Amino acid sequence: MTYLAKPKLLSADAPRNALGYTRRDYEGAISTLCAGCGHDSISAAVVQACFDLDIEPHKVAKLSGIGCSSKTPDYFLGNSHGFNSVHGRMPSVLTGAALANRNLTYLGVSGDGDSASIGIGQFAHAMRRGVNMTYIVENNGVYGLTKGQFSATADKGSKSKKGVINSDSPIDLAALALQLGATYVARSFSGDKEQLIPLIKGALCHGGPAFIDVISPCVTFNNHSGSTKSYDYVREHNAAVNRVDVILPKAQIETSYPPGSLRRVVQHDGSILHLRKLGVDYDPSDRIGAINHLQERQALGEIVTGLLYVNSSVQDMHAHLNTVEKPLNQLGDAYLCPGSKALDALNALLR
Amino acid sequence: MTRVQAIQNCNDFVIKFANVNGSGSSSANELFARAVIRMGVPVAPRNIFPSNIQGLPTWYEVRVSEAGWLGARGGCDMMVAMNPQTWDRDVAAIDPGGYLLYDSTKPLPQSKFRDDITVLGVPLTDICNREYEDPRQRQLFKNIMYVGALLALLDMEFAAAEKLIVDRYRGKDQLIKANVNALRLGYDHAKANLPCPIGLRVKRADAVGDRILIDGNSACGLGAVYGGATVAGWYPITPSTSVIEAFSSYCRKYRTDPDNGRARYAIVQAEDELASIGMVLGAAWNGARAFTATSGPGISLMQEFFGLAYFAEVPAVIFDVQRGSPSTGMPTRTQQSDLISCAYASHGDTRHVLLFPEDPHECFTLGAQAFDLADRLQTPVFVLSDLDIGMNERLCAPFDWDDSRRYDRGKLMTYDELEAGKTFGRYLDVDGDGIPYRTIPGTHPTRGAYFTRGTTRNAYAKYSELGADYVYNMERLRRKFDTAKTLVPAPVLRNAAQPTRYGAIHFGSTGPAMAEASVLLEADDVHVDTLRVRAFPFSDEVMRFIAEHECVFVVEQNESGQLRSLLINEGEIDPKKLVRVLHYDGSPITARFIAGKIANALSDRKVSPITTPLRKVAP
Repeated sequence: MTYLAKPKLLSADAPRNALGYTRRDYEGAISTLCAGCGHDSISAAVVQACFDLDIEPHKVAKLSGIGCSSKTPDYFLGNSHGFNSVHGRMPSVLTGAALANRNLTYLGVSGDGDSASIGIGQFAHAMRRGVNMTYIVENNGVYGLTKGQFSATADKGSKSKKGVINSDSPIDLAALALQLGATYVARSFSGDKEQLIPLIKGALCHGGPAFIDVISPCVTFNNHSGSTKSYDYVREHNAAVNRVDVILPKAQIETSYPPGSLRRVVQHDGSILHLRKLGVDYDPSDRIGAINHLQERQALGEIVTGLLYVNSSVQDMHAHLNTVEKPLNQLGDAYLCPGSKALDALNALLR
Repeated sequence: MTRVQAIQNCNDFVIKFANVNGSGSSSANELFARAVIRMGVPVAPRNIFPSNIQGLPTWYEVRVSEAGWLGARGGCDMMVAMNPQTWDRDVAAIDPGGYLLYDSTKPLPQSKFRDDITVLGVPLTDICNREYEDPRQRQLFKNIMYVGALLALLDMEFAAAEKLIVDRYRGKDQLIKANVNALRLGYDHAKANLPCPIGLRVKRADAVGDRILIDGNSACGLGAVYGGATVAGWYPITPSTSVIEAFSSYCRKYRTDPDNGRARYAIVQAEDELASIGMVLGAAWNGARAFTATSGPGISLMQEFFGLAYFAEVPAVIFDVQRGSPSTGMPTRTQQSDLISCAYASHGDTRHVLLFPEDPHECFTLGAQAFDLADRLQTPVFVLSDLDIGMNERLCAPFDWDDSRRYDRGKLMTYDELEAGKTFGRYLDVDGDGIPYRTIPGTHPTRGAYFTRGTTRNAYAKYSELGADYVYNMERLRRKFDTAKTLVPAPVLRNAAQPTRYGAIHFGSTGPAMAEASVLLEADDVHVDTLRVRAFPFSDEVMRFIAEHECVFVVEQNESGQLRSLLINEGEIDPKKLVRVLHYDGSPITARFIAGKIANALSDRKVSPITTPLRKVAP
């Protein structure tokens, strides 16, 4: 949240990425969310991730549904086209956009109400279809714009600001994504940018359906004692399985790790994920293991974070549909219209 | 047969086939219809079928009409009764003096017949059991066999049907041989045992011309290919499913890259209609031509997205093949009952462009044109077909395409224009026609990007909840809708043989029945000018037509008079002036129905149909 407009002048020594852009070139309009909202940290992480990856801002399309989270695409990547669509229906709009032009980077931003309640059907089917996208759910367990109702990710037994105890079972979107065919699944916390930024970077490079469930506390309606989505609760119960570093193919690898503690994953675009193990022996290439781990730890009251699963040999929707390399929205008349001769031949068959 | 004279008609009769669905009868019945066409005589075939896969009754009706009337006629001159389940009603449906062809293998009591019709029995099952071992073959060839018998009974050219089989199964000699053999068995049996020919006959004529026979859904799918559609998001629903099947099959044929076999199109079967229209809007927002095909229930489900598309100004094409509603209603029966739900689809103040094709030819032309209109107007465009056009083959003018035609992609601001510093306001009315300029994602690194929302924004797409910004936007959208009036296809006027103060307005699949009704009325000295509306919003010509007539019948296939309501609402017409002629039992409207209603209404008004000329006869 920023009440003050950002200064127009930029200091000359602001860092620039390989394209010559500063971080400012990846920022958007001023946020209108509450001061301290976790979502603003996620927006900042998106800005940093795109800056670090040298992504051309206009080659990103950002799409969202309805809700606090879905407002955020206005607050980052101001040089990207954005589409604030229909509540719970971002996945289909993003799918259509991805069909039209396979060469852009698609970033879907949604919330727990938008994805786990009204939009759970579209969430599920976009994962199944293998849409090449980064799908971020800014998960606070609560409806903010309508003032504090539980969402479908609120934990059973957690307490609302008004003191109501939630009696419904929660939906774990990360577990669902694993089951439904997402090939990059992570969970993170908006209060941990060291963890979040590399996870977003890894997702943007992934090449298939990448899903990140980001616990993002609602400071106004869900940050009290008794909430399981508050800053304090998430910090106390965060059980990270790994730390990720994303290394672009062109970068020099300088970091060194103690032997045996590192797992290296090369994604389709050549980007390399360095996964540092943290305590537990966790294998992020084992989808079934990931689902089990999530369930086991959740039963213990822990919130598992980190890169839960990655499959680097991914095929996206365009591969399934066998579409041409050139984006469909750039095919000219001559490639699309069969012309009058074909029609004459067809007429002859219909007599 | 007693008392009643057997019907004697050449090239003008209705024959109906009563079958069980799933029995393979439809291709045999179609063979019959095409054999008549090959003799130069127009036919209008229609399927009457259940919402079921196998076992329920289904009918196929062929109207043979050298005069070229393609609307349903009503009545039945000859019944081919192949379904024991519906025997009684099928026999009862035959007009007095008509004919019954049936499978006489099993004797039926006299009480199962009528004494005012000609009964023609062929022991089809017997012959099949004698000729074929395989039960499936017995069933399939029984169908071909009764077509053979009909050729003999109706004095048709055997060679015409034989040639059709050869054309259909070209390269598959075994199939050709087997089918021709079955056809011959039926033909020979009828010749030897029945009073061939009967009173109904087909005589070679030259009344078909270069017309083609195709169903409207195939034509819509082809129109989408020619219109440049590359993305289709859809969900299966009768009677629209075959639009996508046709699009898919024509795309495989015409849009497969010859070098690498890859697809210049993408078709995604969505999880529901909400997702299908969502995909269409996403693709169209991103600069591809995109469409969906659906029917009434799908239109209901898509409502929220239609509103967003209208206000966010995203082009989209929706083929709505109308049927009886609701979801569990009459999905396999025809209606024109989605006009209101499409014209004003969604919450908020919305109004949409609708196109009304009359036949498969217009399904193709208006289908292709819809994509230009959607891009030009940056709004959803609905092509409102119906089951009668969509799922029945119809004789129509051949398809044509002007190779010099280029797609109208509308007001797209390019990289060069942005680079040159041209002002970009996404919702700014630069040209005064209400249509703003848009940019496609990825156009320019630093200019022309915008955040797409519904209405909480100003002309530059910046967040705004100001009333003045909202009003500016709504007034511009109104101007845009006025512009649409000048771009949509014009109505088609048909003046009566002599000047009259009566008019009739109709649209879509009512066309053929209306044209025939005019002729029936004229024979009774009742004269009515007709206007076929082809689009909403209504052009000035439509309102002029109403103004020029004292009384205007609005002929449509729904219960509430939806076109009439739209005319009253949009044209501020006195409701008394527009008289409803409504047909809505799920069967296609007939000329007899229209003519009867109009004649009755005029006699109720106690006015002489011949009135003082209000205009001179057109030279």
